[in-house]
Amino acid sequence: MVGLVVVSHSATAAEGIVEVAAEMGGDTAIEAAGGDDGEMGTDADRISDALAAADDGDGVVVLVDLGSAVMNAEVAIEMHDGEAVIADAPVLEGAVNAAVAATDPKATLDSVIEQAEAAADIEKT
Amino acid sequence: MSGDAEAVVAAVEAVAERIERERDHLTDLDSAIGDADHGGNMAKGWAEAADAVAELDDPDAQTVVKTAGKTVLSEVGGASGPLYGGSLVFASQELEGGVTPESAVAFAETYLEKVKDRGDASVGDQTMVDALTPAVHTFKKSVETDELPPLEALAKAVAAAEAGVEYTVPIRASKGRASYLGWRSVGHQDPGATSTLYIMEELLETAADELDSEVPDVDTTSPTIPDAEAAEE
Repeated sequence: MVGLVVVSHSATAAEGIVEVAAEMGGDTAIEAAGGDDGEMGTDADRISDALAAADDGDGVVVLVDLGSAVMNAEVAIEMHDGEAVIADAPVLEGAVNAAVAATDPKATLDSVIEQAEAAADIEKT
Repeated sequence: MSGDAEAVVAAVEAVAERIERERDHLTDLDSAIGDADHGGNMAKGWAEAADAVAELDDPDAQTVVKTAGKTVLSEVGGASGPLYGGSLVFASQELEGGVTPESAVAFAETYLEKVKDRGDASVGDQTMVDALTPAVHTFKKSVETDELPPLEALAKAVAAAEAGVEYTVPIRASKGRASYLGWRSVGHQDPGATSTLYIMEELLETAADELDSEVPDVDTTSPTIPDAEAAEE
């Protein structure tokens, strides 16, 4: 099953986004990787651990917030043994879409990324 | 430990000491256009890196560089961890066969490409790329085309990095946190380009020490006159 990792500068935000996504995500493995050693920021080591925890062999879709979250996620992916891809998507909406998409028995890494990225088009008014 | 690995350990230690000495200066530069954490972050990261490489048991040069990079990546916050540390880890693969003028050029090119790619930055964005690009280009040409002795090639690369740092002052930031300042970033020296120059200066000093030589007096100009006909062949 495709797993998810949510990267945010805030540990609380990452956990909150995981909470929202998990509501819709059934058995999908969703890991929070927020904050940097208890402070605001992102941490490649923490993201690496989350990738390892979320990956059962089918790959991981990574949702990120801003700036260094993207860079640290890229570094963590380079060091990861399995397949992992950053979704070009808003972090919360993308996480919810991806969590739902991952529950499809025919889900693949590509199909989950596609659904995560479709979240960019969600209209709210 | 092989001679090149010993030299790289000495270089990491020299970089850590230099960054510690320049800590306040880097922080001052960063307070003007960023979030005033560059000096402290880098000093902490490189001090830890120096400790980490000192503890390695008979490493080769690649392992030393990779270990330093991993430590900087872990210890330095913000974008500097992936930019300085992550790029070192990635470029260390070029030193698999040890440090030679040729592998040093490959290392420098890979490092530059990684920094540009990771930061999505080009020359003229008021970032470390403005110091790295002239340095790497000058080093490659000095080694491969001019066939200068390695120490002279490195000295020319440092002179080029210095010119690059000066170039960051009168231009506008288009990447990194300073870019949020828009036109107000003009007139400020980029902290990342500056710390990159310090790192290169320490590589040069360490290389000169290891070779028992003085740092040669050079500038950025080339001793060879390009031969257009030869280049076309």
